[in-house]
Amino acid sequence: MNESLQTIFINACLVNNFVLAYFLGICPFLGVSGKMETATKMGGAVTFVMLISSMCAYGIHALLVAINAPFLQLISYIVVIASTVQLVEMFIKKISPSLFRALGIFLPLITTNCAILGLALFQTNKGYGFGESIVYALGAGLGFTLALILIAGLREKLDFAEVPKVVKGTVLTLVIAGILSLAFMGFSGLNIE
Amino acid sequence: MDDKSMITHSSGANTQSTNEFIKGLWKDNPVFVQVLGMCPVLAVSNTAENALAMGLATTFVLVMSNLLVASLRNFIPKEVRIASYILIIASFVTITDYGIQAISVELHKSLGAFISLIVVNCLILSRAEAFASKNTPYKSLLDALGMGAGFVFALFCLGAVREIVGNGTLFEISLFPGGFQKWIVMILPAGGFFTLALWLLLFNVAKERKRS
Repeated sequence: MNESLQTIFINACLVNNFVLAYFLGICPFLGVSGKMETATKMGGAVTFVMLISSMCAYGIHALLVAINAPFLQLISYIVVIASTVQLVEMFIKKISPSLFRALGIFLPLITTNCAILGLALFQTNKGYGFGESIVYALGAGLGFTLALILIAGLREKLDFAEVPKVVKGTVLTLVIAGILSLAFMGFSGLNIE
Repeated sequence: MDDKSMITHSSGANTQSTNEFIKGLWKDNPVFVQVLGMCPVLAVSNTAENALAMGLATTFVLVMSNLLVASLRNFIPKEVRIASYILIIASFVTITDYGIQAISVELHKSLGAFISLIVVNCLILSRAEAFASKNTPYKSLLDALGMGAGFVFALFCLGAVREIVGNGTLFEISLFPGGFQKWIVMILPAGGFFTLALWLLLFNVAKERKRS
């Protein structure tokens, strides 16, 4: 492996931002980005689930290679992600009921967040080791949170702007996302060693 | 989800079946009206060919899983239904993934991980949960075909616009022989956001017109 850990992190977080360059996790990105507070919490929860499912995906991949059954990859990944989300849900409910209430329906919806399954598939395709997988998951999660917070901030401001009725809502959010995506392209000029 | 109102409103059995099909195309178009399944829509719509392939693959999974879910709807326990749906969907996606790889390695490469990501396309799960779990296999089949057709239509709209403006071609046939300044930005991720915003805007304007 000739990529250093920092390169993996910055790549996943900024240069190939999961939301703005790979279009992964667009649904929560459009749905939860209305308010700063929910956006931050959602980002945290997603990062956490990413970390755990990335570690599990690493183990599963090794196991599936050992028993020579690569066609089970997708099914086992999705099962692991679904159960991780379930576990996290129970855990948060036990530890902090207030946080549980604040996240509400968004917690179970993390299961169908394509960013998480995408992360598991990408890390397998790239052949990352255990340490690299964790760094990759951390970078992707933070990148997702960053994009979510940026959009939420912009949308909070835009609530006060006067825009035509037909543009309000998803259309406006998509245009902002497009501009942000252009801005993030600037990071591809980064020269990281 | 307008399914319940759709079913109660339509009278005869015949009009109802056509309704199940038509609604997905226009009135409840999964992409432009319900805004579901955005990730693949934006990611693989950079050329018309990719968009069509992705749309057809998704339709296949949608039809098969809707059929199976509807046939098994009386056997799946309520508590584990979502998990069972996801397993059913994941199996069909695996079939599709290997199928596409067998048909065209090149296409498989250009679609990349997004074929596998059909599993988490909210459109498929939402049809299984909102429609197939409560209706007969025949009706679910029609519903899936309609929604699939709507999805393909939407993907093609995006892919065609992006390829024409961004590359000056449609299905790799050059449209502007006399030299054309390509809008590179439309092929890039940002172009996906802009094109989708444009189509949604058109749909919103059409809806407003109808209302007034």
